[in-house]
Amino acid sequence: MPVKSKPVEPPRDKARFMSPYIELTNLEVCLAAVLIVINGVVSIALRLRLEKTLAIASVRTVVQLSLVGVVLSWVFRVDRWYVVLAIAAVMTLIAGFSAADRSKRKFPGIRLIAITSVWSCAWILTGYVLLFVFQDLPKWYEPQYAIPLLGMVLGNTLNGISVGLSTLTETLVRSRGQVETLIALGATRWEAAGEPIREAVRTGMIPIVNSMMVVGVVSLPGMMTGQVISGMDPAQAVRYQIVIMFLIAGATALGTVSVVLLSVRRLFDANHRFKFELIRIAGS
Amino acid sequence: MTADVLLQAVNLTRRVDGKTLLDDITLDLATGARLGLVGPTGSGKSLLLRSLALLEPVDSGDLLWQQAPVANDQATIYRSQVIYVHQRAAAFEGTVETVLRQPFQLKAHRDRHFDRDWIVDQLATVARDATFLDQPHEQLSGGEAQIVALLRAIQLSPRVLLLDEPTSALDRQSARHIESIVMRWYDDAPDSRAYIWVSHDPSQADRVCDSLITMHAGQIQTRRTAP
Repeated sequence: MPVKSKPVEPPRDKARFMSPYIELTNLEVCLAAVLIVINGVVSIALRLRLEKTLAIASVRTVVQLSLVGVVLSWVFRVDRWYVVLAIAAVMTLIAGFSAADRSKRKFPGIRLIAITSVWSCAWILTGYVLLFVFQDLPKWYEPQYAIPLLGMVLGNTLNGISVGLSTLTETLVRSRGQVETLIALGATRWEAAGEPIREAVRTGMIPIVNSMMVVGVVSLPGMMTGQVISGMDPAQAVRYQIVIMFLIAGATALGTVSVVLLSVRRLFDANHRFKFELIRIAGS
Repeated sequence: MTADVLLQAVNLTRRVDGKTLLDDITLDLATGARLGLVGPTGSGKSLLLRSLALLEPVDSGDLLWQQAPVANDQATIYRSQVIYVHQRAAAFEGTVETVLRQPFQLKAHRDRHFDRDWIVDQLATVARDATFLDQPHEQLSGGEAQIVALLRAIQLSPRVLLLDEPTSALDRQSARHIESIVMRWYDDAPDSRAYIWVSHDPSQADRVCDSLITMHAGQIQTRRTAP
């Protein structure tokens, strides 16, 4: 698919009058901050005691996004493959850790399994899109494409993976009796855990399938909105969005299957014994 | 007729958090053996039985099946011959017949086929007819669920049954039904089969077992022949 010659170089190099979008000043962002005051007022009026958390969350939003802005500007400027890969690796690690940490029940090795799954599915599928789908990319590691794509894939597969992981451990603990009954009758670990595996993969994939069902009807995806605001032809923005949706769906499926299968391998031994004792509730 | 040793536990030991739950357990189960395992709660009876079914790990010691250790890739075949029956049967979705058919979907039993007539014959001996097969499994009473669990195991013609207090949660009549099902399975081939029955009821142990092992604090305390 040809990438149209809209601003390929970052818009920061352009004078304001050439820009296809309105540049925001700090003052304008401050005006938007008034909106968050609504949350504060609600919290105080209803005595939700969320003011402090809200304040911290707002400050974190500003600080984290500003830092990302600085880092991205730097990465775009330096424009080296190893810098892009390093940033991508850090993003992937953080996603993997969050996926494992969201699960209520933990077991030894859960982080390694989550990181392996996030890493393999996100990099393989993002790589496929960068190398084979966006055929006119000047460089395979083009940071303007690689980093936002990977970020979106990570953010979404992270959900699928953590939901799949939680569902698997939850279902295994709940159906321990059934699982062990099947093992006692001679089932392999894959046969005994078949129902929990299917349940976990299904639950992990449902959110992305649901959002594909309603995309554009109920919600306009953030990326597409951004591209339209920055002046891209909506027909082009739509094509990008379709690519992204398929990329996210594929990565979520691959990541969820991978995390579930690796976890089952970890939670059963070579004798097909269910190592129930490995599963602990977080914090206990 | 000479009895062959089917199952041997040699110096099985299991420790958890510094406590010795199984302490150097050695026992043989030969063909024809009807072994009872008794002892107070927490003495390690159930843990021993689960260890024999490879459902629990051991810290040291060996488990031999027909004189040889069970290799990892033989574990499912071993369990299809040495079937452990839980104290309480887990409820499954579907009818009784679906549940009875479950094992035939497993690789370990792919050469076998569900024999509905045999099941109906068995049910007749415990005062149930064929309509029992259409009942939802989740709605069975404890005794009925245990009958299903036992038939599900026995239809596979196992060499050894490991029965973990199979009647402790049941009324007297259900308990007798369970005993009669096990006896019929045993009597079909008493020179090639054997079972271990964990029981908390001394009169039951005397009734269904030829020899008794009493456990205490993870150790075998006494071995005796039942009267």
